[in-house]
Amino acid sequence: MVTATALETELLELAGSVPDPELPVLTLHELGVVRAVHLTGTGAVEVDLTPTYTGCPAVETMRADIEQVLRTHGMREVTVRTVLSPAWSTDDITPEGRRKLQQSGIAPPRTQHSAGPVTLTLGPTRTGHAGEAETGTAPEAIRCPHCDSADTELLSRFSSTACKALRRCLACREPFDHFKEL
Amino acid sequence: MTATVPATAALALGDDALVLSHRLGEWAGHAPVLEEEVALANIALDLLGQARVLLSMTGDEDELAYLREERAFRNLQLVEQPNGDFAHTIARQLYFSTYQHLLYAELAAQEGPFQPLAGKAVKEVAYHRDHAEQWTLRLGDGTGLSHDRMSRACDALWRFTGEMFQPIPGVDIDWAALETSWLASVTDVLGRATLTVPEGPRTGAWAAGAGRQGLHTESFGRMLAEMQHLHRSHPGASW
Repeated sequence: MVTATALETELLELAGSVPDPELPVLTLHELGVVRAVHLTGTGAVEVDLTPTYTGCPAVETMRADIEQVLRTHGMREVTVRTVLSPAWSTDDITPEGRRKLQQSGIAPPRTQHSAGPVTLTLGPTRTGHAGEAETGTAPEAIRCPHCDSADTELLSRFSSTACKALRRCLACREPFDHFKEL
Repeated sequence: MTATVPATAALALGDDALVLSHRLGEWAGHAPVLEEEVALANIALDLLGQARVLLSMTGDEDELAYLREERAFRNLQLVEQPNGDFAHTIARQLYFSTYQHLLYAELAAQEGPFQPLAGKAVKEVAYHRDHAEQWTLRLGDGTGLSHDRMSRACDALWRFTGEMFQPIPGVDIDWAALETSWLASVTDVLGRATLTVPEGPRTGAWAAGAGRQGLHTESFGRMLAEMQHLHRSHPGASW
């Protein structure tokens, strides 16, 4: 039992070390999508993987990459199960993952710390400008990953992938992707 | 949990998502601006993902999507309506995403076979609904031309909206309350967009809506032909 658990931990680390196919700077562990690894027999293992978005096309590649890594590590039979519940949230991205997103020019999602029903107020399109302070209801700003200015505005709710929005920095004028809160 | 999947409900919800996904995909290469092209494709992708989960609850997803005849589809007539101009697409998005968001929120809050999917999809659909609302405001409260076209689109699709609140067997929610919430939300958005709530009937003999019973509008057959022909001509084709 003890050895199995140790092996499971090792396999979980291996599965988590696979790079994300669309954001290769992040590992699957940093993205928070590898949920668990269970040994189901000698050399047989089951991995629980949760998609970021229900229609995420990268899941197939993640599945294949995890299988390959675990097979290379001596597993004969690797089953990758897709689990939906509890639903993945951008809060599942690790602090290290957020730092790496920022470094590669993608503004990380703001943390939500909320459970329960999702409210529809997705916030104003512009953050960090002078007028906000007067209302006293300023949301946490989305900062430019290039110059760190908080004065940025939304250009499009959907960007190169469903999980990102396109924004522009009003200080340095550079456009950038923002990993949307989900 | 999966022992008692209500097949009728899985098909109804899955077909709504699949058919609307295909319609939105038709915009690829034709949207007014690049950002919007990407947005509509991303919304289509979310819906396709939801459709795959829902259809897989009741059978083989590919067989269900590609090998059923028109009369076997259980989607709302609203989602199969042609894209029309951009205003028609946005009106369809406003009506449907408001409905789907409210419905998934209900399903996410109760134990049942749809809870895992609804709990996840409700967060995705919140962005679809916001997208539709923002465009409704921009077009309705925009130029005279955009106002007129948005107004025409809202009127044209109004008669398809009553069907959304016909109870689906296996979905145990308060449908009358859902309709009340939907109407309040749509009325609010249209008001802010300087548009008037359409006056025509939404239910009854003069309204449309028998998609849940397998009766579809004329354009649906052509849409299916395009969606299915590759798989029917080359069964199991992949790339």
